[in-house]
Amino acid sequence: MSEESKSPVLRKLLDTFGDAVVSTHSDFGDDTALVRREKVVEVCAFLRDDPDCLFDFAMDLTGVDYLGETPRFEVVYHLYSLEKKHRVRIKVRLHEDDPTIDSAVSVWPGIDWYEREAFDMYGIVFRGHPNLKRILMYEGFVGHPLRKDYPKTKRQPTVGPKD
Amino acid sequence: MAVEKPAKSGAKGGGYALTTLESMIAWGRKYSIYPFTFATACCGIEVMGGFGTHYDMSRFGAEVVRFSPRQADMLLVAGTVNYKMAPVLVRIYEQMLEPKWVVAMGACASSGGFYDNYTVVQGIDKVIPVDVYIPGCPPNPEGMIDAVVAIQKMLETGAPRASERWPLRA
Repeated sequence: MSEESKSPVLRKLLDTFGDAVVSTHSDFGDDTALVRREKVVEVCAFLRDDPDCLFDFAMDLTGVDYLGETPRFEVVYHLYSLEKKHRVRIKVRLHEDDPTIDSAVSVWPGIDWYEREAFDMYGIVFRGHPNLKRILMYEGFVGHPLRKDYPKTKRQPTVGPKD
Repeated sequence: MAVEKPAKSGAKGGGYALTTLESMIAWGRKYSIYPFTFATACCGIEVMGGFGTHYDMSRFGAEVVRFSPRQADMLLVAGTVNYKMAPVLVRIYEQMLEPKWVVAMGACASSGGFYDNYTVVQGIDKVIPVDVYIPGCPPNPEGMIDAVVAIQKMLETGAPRASERWPLRA
């Protein structure tokens, strides 16, 4: 894609962060930017506050497990601007041996439970999260069930009633 | 139970019945099974149908749904039970007084159904003893009536309850 045809948001991201933005695309009209892990909170805060972006609504955050690829994990932020009525996706790749990323709760408080879900399902650790514990599975659950190497037939021990 | 006709000696009344205390009590219990519904999924809707006027569980003396397990005789597990829910089910089962019966209604409660995954208990008999299994996904209310009749048969014949036969593996 040529530089001129890039969406204003992606162009702005590239201009502001340069090398921190690894790649961008707008396939099927979905603006997407792959961002380096270290800069993700900065990028988020910029996208929220910049007058041309104003992404005030973090619609979703999810993890992806690309088992067999390096880096293995990906965190995807789906952002929407209620003001500007536009969307963008921010993706960050994480290595298997260190699946940690800075928490974006300081940018959007509502992203709290999404990060807990990604932690619960994929074991992605969000540094600086105020309350990073399982949200869907119970405390005694072993493993992260949406990882592709979680055995399909694995059953958990049934925990007794809590006293 | 054997009922003797009154003797022709001229005494008024004088009829008597021979039975055992156990079968007398069982006969009384047979038509007053108090169910407790543990409805977690679509089977619960069929349970409602079963208690409604169309199928009318009261014909079998099992229409008084108790909302405390302490007052119930029959635990009707209608729906999917996952690992997070299982301790709750066990606690409710433990709160029920003997004699008690457990009905696993539908595929999920009986075997996990098509939820062959990381969250769902593969049949509630993994955590509590079960007397009657009702097949179906979900079963008709007739299936539920059939389960009540099966429990009545157990009372009639003095068949041991699942809780007597299977020690709880919790």
